[in-house]
Amino acid sequence: MTFSRRARVLMGVAAAIALAFIYVPLAVVLVNSFNPSRVFSWPPQGLTLTWWAKAAQNDGVRSAVGTSVKAGLGATLIAMILGSMIAFAVVRYDWFGRTAISFLIILPIALPGIITGIALNSTITTVLQPLGISFGLLTVIIGHATFCIVLVFNNVAARLRRTGRVLEEASMDLGATSLQTFRLVTFPLIRSALIAGALLAFALSFDEIVVTTFTAGPDIQTLPQWIFNNLFRPNQAPIVNAVAAVLVLAFIIPVYLAQRLSEGGAGGRF
Amino acid sequence: MAGSESVDGAERGTLPADAVASSTDPGSAAPAIRLRGLRKEFGAVTAVDGVDLDVEDGEFLTLLGPSGSGKTTVLRMIAGFELPTSGLVELAGVDVSRKPPFDRDVNTVFQDYALFPHMSVQDNVEYGLRVRKVDRAQRSARAQEALATVRLSGYGTRRPNELSGGQRQRVALARALVNRPRVLLLDEPLGALDLKLREQMQLELKDIQREVGITFVFVTHDQEEALTMSDRIAVFNAGKIEQIGPPAQVYEKPATEFVAGFVGTSNLLSGDVARRVLGHDGTWSIRPEKITLSPSSPSAPTVPSPTSEVRFATGTIRDVVYLGDLTRFVVDLNGGGTLTAIEQNLDQSSADVLGLQGTNTTLEWQRKYEFRIA
Repeated sequence: MTFSRRARVLMGVAAAIALAFIYVPLAVVLVNSFNPSRVFSWPPQGLTLTWWAKAAQNDGVRSAVGTSVKAGLGATLIAMILGSMIAFAVVRYDWFGRTAISFLIILPIALPGIITGIALNSTITTVLQPLGISFGLLTVIIGHATFCIVLVFNNVAARLRRTGRVLEEASMDLGATSLQTFRLVTFPLIRSALIAGALLAFALSFDEIVVTTFTAGPDIQTLPQWIFNNLFRPNQAPIVNAVAAVLVLAFIIPVYLAQRLSEGGAGGRF
Repeated sequence: MAGSESVDGAERGTLPADAVASSTDPGSAAPAIRLRGLRKEFGAVTAVDGVDLDVEDGEFLTLLGPSGSGKTTVLRMIAGFELPTSGLVELAGVDVSRKPPFDRDVNTVFQDYALFPHMSVQDNVEYGLRVRKVDRAQRSARAQEALATVRLSGYGTRRPNELSGGQRQRVALARALVNRPRVLLLDEPLGALDLKLREQMQLELKDIQREVGITFVFVTHDQEEALTMSDRIAVFNAGKIEQIGPPAQVYEKPATEFVAGFVGTSNLLSGDVARRVLGHDGTWSIRPEKITLSPSSPSAPTVPSPTSEVRFATGTIRDVVYLGDLTRFVVDLNGGGTLTAIEQNLDQSSADVLGLQGTNTTLEWQRKYEFRIA
């Protein structure tokens, strides 16, 4: 399709506005993390790494990062196992209620976080606490897993649908048992989709705050919670900027990889 | 095949004796494949409705039929991807009806090749040997030999997505042949190729089959392909075999109206028209290329004589279709009925034949080319 010069200029301007809309606030955070002034001022009065050094030494930040990483890894692990198992069941086998199940699996991502949060909170209070499981890391992991499963499920199910059954049939036809077929054909074909789903799941878990608030309890704090709690303290604001800047940079990588992996398809390099 | 129930029953009655006989005498005596009373139902749909079939060792058998006629389902039951609802699948005298695909000595070439996209060509071809724990040196040598058989030496390091359709097809063939199966099943393997390549691969497939001496069961809906390659053709319709025989027999002497219509084109004469033109009751088939046209001559007899070896019919040319090498004439017979005739364009141009539209003509054919099909 070809466009006139005028149309191309207009589209360029529209794209620039859209990108500015998304990325200018992120740039402000990044610039501010190097700004020696404690309060926001434009233009920046200089360039300093003070806030970055302080953020790196801050105990609250360190423990919050640790908690978030643990919660993210735990939720991602559960999501990888359950999500891919459900994807197999839904795509590869025909059974009563399978469309209903696949809808129920996807639902949590559309459900408002606050609803999920309240539901989990009362479940923990009324069911898990009497069983001896109280608010803490485990409940955060369970809470995050509810929506992380969706991401793994969606990625793996889409890949399974696209590759179809015929490669597995070819493998069995050539003499491979079911186990050999899974190891040599099925798993290599879904591996990149599984990793992409896991990366997205981890990213989603890492910045989640609503469900976390309802499931964490008073004893632990994830990084988003720490940021939220310190944002309005004047002394901490510049450190928050530095932490946020690190997170932005740290998250570009997994999201970029996840996108490459899901595009790569069955013939991809992974 | 009316009353398939009773056929089933009769077959079951004879089975134990057969099974004993064949199990005590495996090897050359038992056919490569023996199907008895094979049925497959998907829910309320009967895809395969009582198929009996023997395929001899080293034979090239084609299952020919329109889509949905059950031919692919039969192939999938031989491979083990589908289990029959009832009936028997025997390979070299051994009942494999309930065995999984990896316990059957057959290999399949799939319609869209089903090459493993994450493996090189060499790894694809070695796959069957690898899962059977053949040692590395031997499987590499055998894979290279198989690639040479399909004329793809030197392509081992490529990925399937770097090959053309025809090359992928050959890799799929090599991947199956490397296992030296007793039977090779081919599910419309040429369907995705363009016409020129398809014709070339038809001849190559036939050559390779002669070379390796393996039984080939080939599924296609293309009657020309079936006629070109097969030792025998089984024509499928609505889950049943309508006719089975060598290509010439299926083409020249179609056993049913369906076969006459599906394999090539055919003139069917029945009822009043058959009585008037042929002097017989029943439904009869005449191939269009057996009929010749000549300008209408009043001397030609119009009443069929039971003794004459040559038939005549007069009529008006309604349609002329110029096909390049051939011309097809559709002729409305005087007194009702239609016959189609095909002539080679030996020394006539399109202008010549198109000018014949609307003129009177006399059709002529040998009586021996009339076949009764009902």
